[in-house]
Amino acid sequence: MQRLGTLYRGREGMWTWVLHRVSGVAILFYLFAHVADQALVNVSAEAYDRVMDTYRNPFVGLLELGLAVLIIFHALNGLRIILFDFWSQGIARQRQMLWVQAVLFVLLAIPAVVAIGGKILKEL
Amino acid sequence: MSVDVPPAPLPRSTAADRRQPKMGKGNFELYAWVFMRVSGVLLVLLVLAHFAIMHVLSGGLDRVNFAFVSGRWANPFWRVYDFALLTLALLHGGNGLRVIIDDYARTAYRRLVYQSLAATVVGLTLVLGTLTIFAFTPKG
Repeated sequence: MQRLGTLYRGREGMWTWVLHRVSGVAILFYLFAHVADQALVNVSAEAYDRVMDTYRNPFVGLLELGLAVLIIFHALNGLRIILFDFWSQGIARQRQMLWVQAVLFVLLAIPAVVAIGGKILKEL
Repeated sequence: MSVDVPPAPLPRSTAADRRQPKMGKGNFELYAWVFMRVSGVLLVLLVLAHFAIMHVLSGGLDRVNFAFVSGRWANPFWRVYDFALLTLALLHGGNGLRVIIDDYARTAYRRLVYQSLAATVVGLTLVLGTLTIFAFTPKG
C-alpha cells in the first residue's frame, strides 16, 4: 500500500482509535440496558428473576463474551492513551506498547473465555 | 526493523483549520480531558473487579438473582461501590459520546438534537440507577 504522508492513517494508531470509539459507544449503550434491567429489583423479586432467567442461554452468553472483549480492549487501550499523555516516552514507544497491550489483552481475556465460553458450550 | 519515512509531507492542518475555542467556555475541555484520564484509571479497577465477580467467578451470572442482589446490597460497601461505578461510567461514557457527536454532527441543529438526546438518556440512566441502588430494600 502506498504510504500517505503520515505515519498515522491506515496504521495501528488509526484502527485502535476507531476501535476505542466503537467499543466505548457499545459499552455505554450496554450500560443503559443494564441499568434498566437492574431497576427491576425495585419492581419485584419475580420480575427481576424472570428477566435474569431469560439471560441464561448461549446467545446471551455470546453477547456477554463480546462485552468482556470490548471492555478489556477499551480498558487497556485507554491506559495506553494515558501513557501517551503522561509518559515522556509514550509517543515514541506507542508501537511497543501496543504489543504489550496485545499480550495483556490475551491474558485478561483467558479467564472470561474459559468461564463464559465454558458455560456457552455446556448450555448448547 | 525498518523505519517508516514519509515520501513527502502532505499539508497539515493550519491554525485556521483547528476548532476555535468558544468564548465563555472557560477551561471545560481541559477539565473534561483530565476527568477522562482520572475516571478511566478508576474504571479499569472498578469495572474489571465488577465483571470478574458478576460474570466470571463462581459460575458468573448463574448465581445472580434477586436473593444474590439482596445479600450483596445488604452491605453498604457494595452500594457505594456500585454507585461509584454507575456515576463514573456514565460520566466517562457520556463525555466520550459528547466528543463523538461533536465530531460527526453535520449541522448546528443536528448537534443540538443529538447532544440533547444523549444528555437526556445519560441523565435519566443516572437517576434511575441511583434510585435502584439506594431505594432497594433487601429481603430474604
